Amino acid sequence: MSKRVLIADDEPNIVISLEFLLQQEGYQVEVAHDGQEALDAIERQPPDLVLLDIMLPRLSGFDVCQRIRANPDWSKVRVVMLTAKGREVEVSKGLALGADDYITKPFATKELLARVRDQLAG
Amino acid sequence: MQPKVRFVLHFAWLGVLSVALLGFAGLVLWIDLSPAERHTLRSILAERAALLVVLAGLLGAVLAGLLRQWLVAYPQNAQRITEEIGIIHRVNAEHRLKPSGPVEMRKLGEALNEFAEVYDQQQREVEARIEETNGRLEQEKNRLATLMSELAQSVLVCNNEGRILLYNPRATQLLAGDASAPGGMPVGLGRSIFAVLDKSLITHALEQIRHRLDQQAAKPVAHFVAARAGHLLRAQMAPVLDQQGESIGFVLILEDITRTVEINSRRDLLLQQLTEGSRSALANIRAAVETLEQYPDMDSERRERFTEVIRDEAERLTQRLEQSLSRHADLLGSPWPLEDMLASDLAAALQRNFAAALGLRMRCEVGEQPLWLSVDSYSLVQVLTQVMGALASACRTREIGLELSTEGRCVRLSLSWGGQPLDPNLLHEWEELPLNLGGEGENGATLKSVVARHGGEVWCQLDRAAGVNRLCLQLPRIQPEALPEPLEPSQGRPVYYDFDLFNQPGQTAELDERPLSELSYTVFDTETTGLSPSDGDEIISIGAVRVVNGRLLRQECFDRLIKPSRPISKASQEVHGLTPQMLADQPPIEQVLPQFHRFAEDTVLVAHNAAFDMRFLQLKEAQTGVTFIQPVLDTLLLSALAHPGHLDDEHRLERIATRLGVEVIGRHTALGDAIVTAEVLLKLIPLLAERGIHNLRQAREASRKTLYARVKY
Repeated sequence: MSKRVLIADDEPNIVISLEFLLQQEGYQVEVAHDGQEALDAIERQPPDLVLLDIMLPRLSGFDVCQRIRANPDWSKVRVVMLTAKGREVEVSKGLALGADDYITKPFATKELLARVRDQLAG
Repeated sequence: MQPKVRFVLHFAWLGVLSVALLGFAGLVLWIDLSPAERHTLRSILAERAALLVVLAGLLGAVLAGLLRQWLVAYPQNAQRITEEIGIIHRVNAEHRLKPSGPVEMRKLGEALNEFAEVYDQQQREVEARIEETNGRLEQEKNRLATLMSELAQSVLVCNNEGRILLYNPRATQLLAGDASAPGGMPVGLGRSIFAVLDKSLITHALEQIRHRLDQQAAKPVAHFVAARAGHLLRAQMAPVLDQQGESIGFVLILEDITRTVEINSRRDLLLQQLTEGSRSALANIRAAVETLEQYPDMDSERRERFTEVIRDEAERLTQRLEQSLSRHADLLGSPWPLEDMLASDLAAALQRNFAAALGLRMRCEVGEQPLWLSVDSYSLVQVLTQVMGALASACRTREIGLELSTEGRCVRLSLSWGGQPLDPNLLHEWEELPLNLGGEGENGATLKSVVARHGGEVWCQLDRAAGVNRLCLQLPRIQPEALPEPLEPSQGRPVYYDFDLFNQPGQTAELDERPLSELSYTVFDTETTGLSPSDGDEIISIGAVRVVNGRLLRQECFDRLIKPSRPISKASQEVHGLTPQMLADQPPIEQVLPQFHRFAEDTVLVAHNAAFDMRFLQLKEAQTGVTFIQPVLDTLLLSALAHPGHLDDEHRLERIATRLGVEVIGRHTALGDAIVTAEVLLKLIPLLAERGIHNLRQAREASRKTLYARVKY
């Protein structure tokens, strides 16, 4: 069975590329447009990996990550954070809150796919 | 013993003695006489009894006159002379005795006057020497004062209790109270810094310094930022150490960083917008491009969607960039040292320079509105003068006009002339022309570089509607920092420092035992609508000066007129000359009294005939919500204590002032009288010390006992 990836990002212009690329890689892709929607989607069916943007409406990526990590049922869900903030403090905050990896925008798509692959293999 | 009592006693003794002597002589005579002679004498005397009584009375009168000379006239004159000598040698060397009383006393008086003359002469010589020596010291002090007053930073020196010992004019401006309460004047010698800056901030900084001193750090300095009246102040605090290395006070250097902080935070925001704001857009473009590259065979509909993403994001990036630039254009100029300047001042500078360097006449239309620019006025004037010189000869014009106008966030300065227009290509050539400053100044500055440095633009155009040619210079407009107003030249050299305050203990505790010469006083006077406060007369003027550590601080004065709620009596108007019309626009007592209360905080109140003024103040306490609980001294009572031998009339303010050698100025204005009273106070303090009155408690107790203190209003 193919792995499931949830993209949580409110910008359609990045979602379109990510969705297409991940589908081409053979993943099953679901999209959430804000933090709450992302949590709802995880609730319905926990994905194998969440590509989580930090600047999300309603509930920030940090909050979503924290809630995922607070729920033991979701301990297998991999969280890769995506952000436009490149500052070190934010990277370490994300990792402290339980993110498995952290990718700063702009990124090379190949790199992103490789990281996703690593996470899902590990 | 009172002279009169002494006189009566002596007279009685003398009377009894005379009667006894005469009686004894008569008795001896009587015994010696034969009966016949006794009979004859009795008949002679009996017929002349009245004459005998008159003779006895005459004898008594002569005795009384002589006694008066010895016992009353001499001592009274002697006491008076003693007091006057005291005045001559302690207070007013120019004071002279008025010879009065018996001849010997007059002669004594004259001799003393002669002596006083010599003494005065010598005194002057000594003073001249001292002055000469002090002159050099004073010069040093003046240099310090000048340096302090020229400093761009605000400097305050305080002792450990937070009393201000030194401040510069900048500090006064920076820390001035809000405009509605100019009477606040929080910065002043001997005043508390805690009224100006948060006490906890200063205490915290002092603790940091103490800690660093304990650790023997190289630079025991503390920094903090304080907010005050909408301004952010950066403070640097350094300790003042005595010989043993103990901290006896601290220096505060304050800087208004409101604008710097605002600029920095805007610059940060801009940077953030340009970096983090671009990250997403770039990520989106990059992802789309890479997808397109990776999957060249995707269907055209999908391809179109990715292309759309790229176009869309590129457009958004462009927009954001433009928005940021237009909003923060003023931040992007090079960090050249620019100063805030009024556009009209720049215009005036141009006018002067055009006239002086080129002989051009320029009409200025600058308008009323103050337009602020941030400019390097020197370079700007130089390059514009150079271009104007070229323009004048190219277009053959000797007369130009200058107009100022606002264009959005910019100020446009347009120079106009009639006649030949200017070829834009020529202007472009001049823009690149290096500035010719005769070897001085910066190298390679051109109109173009100078204008670019200001974030401005320059161009020429033909204004067909007005029929003139214009050379326009547009510069970004700024909100000026509150600029220091020029200081009023005060009389004499302003006193901004008093290092003797380092040795002053906190003023709040045990005022009573403090020497009179070390107290801080607020010496005040009031003018009123009339003389009966209990009948509703009111204060219409309060004037006050501060005396700190034996010095009169003329620049720290309080001078307010007050609008009364009742008419001013004719008699009072004649004294102080204040009419209802003059007071119509003045604030009411409810506003002024709290200001005065703040001015007089932590000081001893002093007035001449203080009971009168205090009564007026106290009657307004309930209405204004302030109470004057500080100790009060009265120069009238103090003068009576210092010179008990003088008559009531001689304790009037003018008379005391003349006696003590105080120049009387502005009599019957509240401030003028307050200044005279303050000087009188300073002269009285040493005289009181002679009489054993050294501290506040003694002064108050002695005052209470004098006759005058019983007068009630």
